[in-house]
Amino acid sequence: MATAVYTASRPSTGGRLASDTWTSMLRVLLNYRHSPGLLVASLAVPVLMVVVFGYVFGSAMQVPGGGDYREFLMPGLFAMVATNGIMPTMVGAARDVGRGVTDRLRSMPVSRAGLLLGQTLADLLVSVVVMALMALVGLAAGWRARHGLADTAEAFALLLLFRFVMTWVGTLLGLAVGKEEQAGQLAVAVFPLAMITNAYVPTGGMPGWLRAVADWNPISAVVQACRELFGNPSAPGAAWPMQHAALTALLWSAALLALCGPLAVRKFATHGR
Amino acid sequence: MSDVTRPAIEMAGVEKRFGATEALRGLDLAVPAGTVCGLLGPNGAGKTTAVRVLATLVAPDRGVARVAGHDVVRAAEEVRRAIGLAGQYAALDEGITGRDNLRIFGRLHRLGARGARRRADELLERFGLADAGDRLVRTYSGGMRRRLDLIASLVTSPPVLFLDEPTTGLDPRSRQGIWDTVKELADGGTTVLLTTQYLEEADRLADEIVVVDHGAAIATGPPDRLKAAIGSEVSVTLVDPGRLPAASAVVTALAGGEAQLDVAARTVTVLTEPGRAVLLPALVRELDAAGVAAEDVAVRAPSLDDVFLALTGEARVKPELTVLEGEAA
Repeated sequence: MATAVYTASRPSTGGRLASDTWTSMLRVLLNYRHSPGLLVASLAVPVLMVVVFGYVFGSAMQVPGGGDYREFLMPGLFAMVATNGIMPTMVGAARDVGRGVTDRLRSMPVSRAGLLLGQTLADLLVSVVVMALMALVGLAAGWRARHGLADTAEAFALLLLFRFVMTWVGTLLGLAVGKEEQAGQLAVAVFPLAMITNAYVPTGGMPGWLRAVADWNPISAVVQACRELFGNPSAPGAAWPMQHAALTALLWSAALLALCGPLAVRKFATHGR
Repeated sequence: MSDVTRPAIEMAGVEKRFGATEALRGLDLAVPAGTVCGLLGPNGAGKTTAVRVLATLVAPDRGVARVAGHDVVRAAEEVRRAIGLAGQYAALDEGITGRDNLRIFGRLHRLGARGARRRADELLERFGLADAGDRLVRTYSGGMRRRLDLIASLVTSPPVLFLDEPTTGLDPRSRQGIWDTVKELADGGTTVLLTTQYLEEADRLADEIVVVDHGAAIATGPPDRLKAAIGSEVSVTLVDPGRLPAASAVVTALAGGEAQLDVAARTVTVLTEPGRAVLLPALVRELDAAGVAAEDVAVRAPSLDDVFLALTGEARVKPELTVLEGEAA
């Protein structure tokens, strides 16, 4: 046994963070390499929504102020893809806890923040591909980005930022739940949250209390900001978050990240204590 | 190892409480470097909590725990550099190959990309998983998963290895494979702390056994000494149950102890007094001299089941023994 050769070296904290982040990313990406179907599967529901809302319900939908319903819908579905970032990290984190992988990692001299950051960054890479595929679906359904490259890039950057934030929310929830099956059930609970928004219908026709929820929903802010940046039809109404959609989306993202990021790292580091 | 005179694993008065449950109630432990210690106890005895404290996963409420000379709370990073951990489950990523699992763990242990790859190849080869190395772990059998899990704890050749019930739920052949690996590691000088509910496992592998019950050690010693402290089990099955008292007299005269009669099974059983050896030929001769016709005569070396039974007063592994006692009483 060549014991001496395999004794771990002691790098700086920063070097360790970077190295463990990269290794953790690698692990997630290897999973996708062996199961590329996961990538396509994550598109199944959004594409189904294009059909159901875009073509079934959409045939009877009127966007207030005019405009094509499918163009109204697509930013909502982009935001849905971003919101779905909760799922893979939540289920993945819960699975790791349940299978003892988290314990093994915690018993190793590794950067806790780096391990989680690697997982969320890997998801970000994957979601670039997913978002691009979704944009192609949108283009096929008649959606267009009408405000030039800069605004379009800004909209997708906002969507990816929101996705990144959602992966941290998912990581925290998954670590807290700790069981893969329960994480799966929790994923179902996320669904109504994504429905009470302006993504599918304008909030103007909702009862007052529901409309307030939808207007202040961070997902709605992302959707409205994207509609503006893409130059798609919208009916924002007078509520403050809808009038300052991009700012609201950024504030929500910053707040959620500042809250869930450190909490997730803490939960990971002290799991089971 | 920083200090050769010091045990590789030490616990002194370690207490740990989870809510209302006292998982550890002053556990003491000292495992000399290069030996195998078997932590033996039933479910809920505190074995896993002990390992989790030593592996820096759980902070003790009270008491001191040191691994390779480092305090598990104050020098957790040093401890983590010195240990390998294989838990009750196969703690692996099922969606990637076995080789990639090892590579990931190697990189996290800072062997570098090339070092991790080389180490993965070497370990797979050495432990007979080279052919399966490029298959996804989700296609592995239970035994292969456990083997890979054990190997995953060896990427750095850690001087101290914790194995938490490494063979629970495995078939006998897979279990033997894990045992062989543990023996090999121990022969190579690795200090191993192994928890188990299988008494045979502790007997086979451990230099010293610590019997744990309700969060504390209730007995410590080499397997042989523990067994010697219990005595062996002598049982005689008769043709005629009417001769049970006569047989009982012969057996107790030879073995000491108290006879337990099971009329339905026509059997008399005696646990010999500690240190008193009963030889089978002598027993057969004496029975013959007393005119007792025996259908079956057996002298069984005490198993660790007996050890546990004697120490805790509870039969956890051999319910049939309890039934026997109940009838005799």
